Amino acid sequence: MKKYILLFLILSISVSLSAQKYFTKTAKVSFYSSAPLENIEATNNAVGILLNAESGDLNFSLLIKSFVFEKKLMQEHFNENYLESDKFPKAKFQGKITNLSEVNFTKDGKYTIEVSGDLSIHGETNRIKEPAVILIKNGKPSVGASFSVLLSDYKIKIPSAVRDKISKDVKIIISGSLKEL
Amino acid sequence: MIPIKKIFILLLFPLGLFAQAADELEALMGDQEPSTVYVNNAFKSSRVINGHSMEMIGEGVLDFRILHRFGLVKNGLKDLFGLDQASMRMGFDYGITKDLTIGIGRSTIQKELDGFIKYRIIQQQRGKKDIPVSLILIAGSTIRTSTFTNPAFDAFENRMGYYYQAIVGRKLNDKFTLQLAPTYVHRNLVETAADKNGMLALGIGGRAKVSKRTAIVLDTHPILYGARSNYNKLPLSIGVDIETGGHVFQLHLSNARGMNEKAFIAETLQDWGKGEFQFGFNLSRVFTVKKNTSTSF
Repeated sequence: MKKYILLFLILSISVSLSAQKYFTKTAKVSFYSSAPLENIEATNNAVGILLNAESGDLNFSLLIKSFVFEKKLMQEHFNENYLESDKFPKAKFQGKITNLSEVNFTKDGKYTIEVSGDLSIHGETNRIKEPAVILIKNGKPSVGASFSVLLSDYKIKIPSAVRDKISKDVKIIISGSLKEL
Repeated sequence: MIPIKKIFILLLFPLGLFAQAADELEALMGDQEPSTVYVNNAFKSSRVINGHSMEMIGEGVLDFRILHRFGLVKNGLKDLFGLDQASMRMGFDYGITKDLTIGIGRSTIQKELDGFIKYRIIQQQRGKKDIPVSLILIAGSTIRTSTFTNPAFDAFENRMGYYYQAIVGRKLNDKFTLQLAPTYVHRNLVETAADKNGMLALGIGGRAKVSKRTAIVLDTHPILYGARSNYNKLPLSIGVDIETGGHVFQLHLSNARGMNEKAFIAETLQDWGKGEFQFGFNLSRVFTVKKNTSTSF
């Protein structure tokens, strides 16, 4: 009996220590706001994604100041007035793939996943649940997702003077190719 | 027999690893903050009210500026407190790089053209290097194009004026900014033999932010040398900046009628003490000429 318990313990620890993790720090996040008077879009090419294939943990992290806008003044206003990036420098997502068993990381293919977790922007955190896609090619995973967030959920205020220039909900698109850690 | 406690602790070990995923990501990302953080938005625009501010307008950006100065407030209701009379300046500033701006403008007063080059030598920053102030140098000249009342003076060089300025400014915190600007103004033609061609002034500019998009600004240029006593007066302006989208509106009260350095420093004859001040507004509209591709400016 002792031996079986010991063997079980060694196996469970060794399995967790060798959990396959995938990482990138150059994933891309873009957001789009479409309003009657103006369309706003920006891209961040320095997004970090960590995926644990064993547990299904999926984490994102990005620096707000790394969003690039075509119009410099828009970028300044975004950082200074809307996202207050000096106070809240990062946006993060901490969650899990809820249907992890449906993904086979060793078999090439396209897998639709459900992701659930906490999204933190501008000092506010909200639980979100969205579909996403994992594409396995040559054993390497890529992640992609597209969803909307309500600016008011993150206390991002739109002054009435620019009401027709910024939409209340913003579309976010995430994509990244991950490498084994 | 293996103690139950030890088994329990060993089984919990893997759970501890999973809960650290978020911290692990942050550790892998490393320090993403850029090594140098440049200080921006010390003022909401490239002018305090009349004088240049320590802010530059950015590479590839065109700033269209319209300035209005109305008549004296003390003219009263019949003149709509001065609104019935207006003089104005129209100008264009262009950011060649984030540290170099050029600009031209024309004022209705004396139909005066003005042009300048503004170069930022040092930008206030923290990080790799902690630099507490921004240092900007400006050189400009003015050309009066209106007719001389006395044709004896009508020579091209008599139309010209020059100014040279160094701005030392610091954004003290999110709410307060202060800048000092020693300025030399030279006028080729002055009013009388008693007036000096060259004047030295110390520009003082300050801003107090009252909300995310509004601020109170103060702009004054006390003349240290070259003023004719009881003639040249201290130019002082106080105003409110309102920022919306691509515009900055500024409403102010001032005794300085001129809208370029030579005019408002050397030719302010109205006296605050005698209630000789007027409403004015500055409107700045920014256009993107060259698309931005950088995260730092």
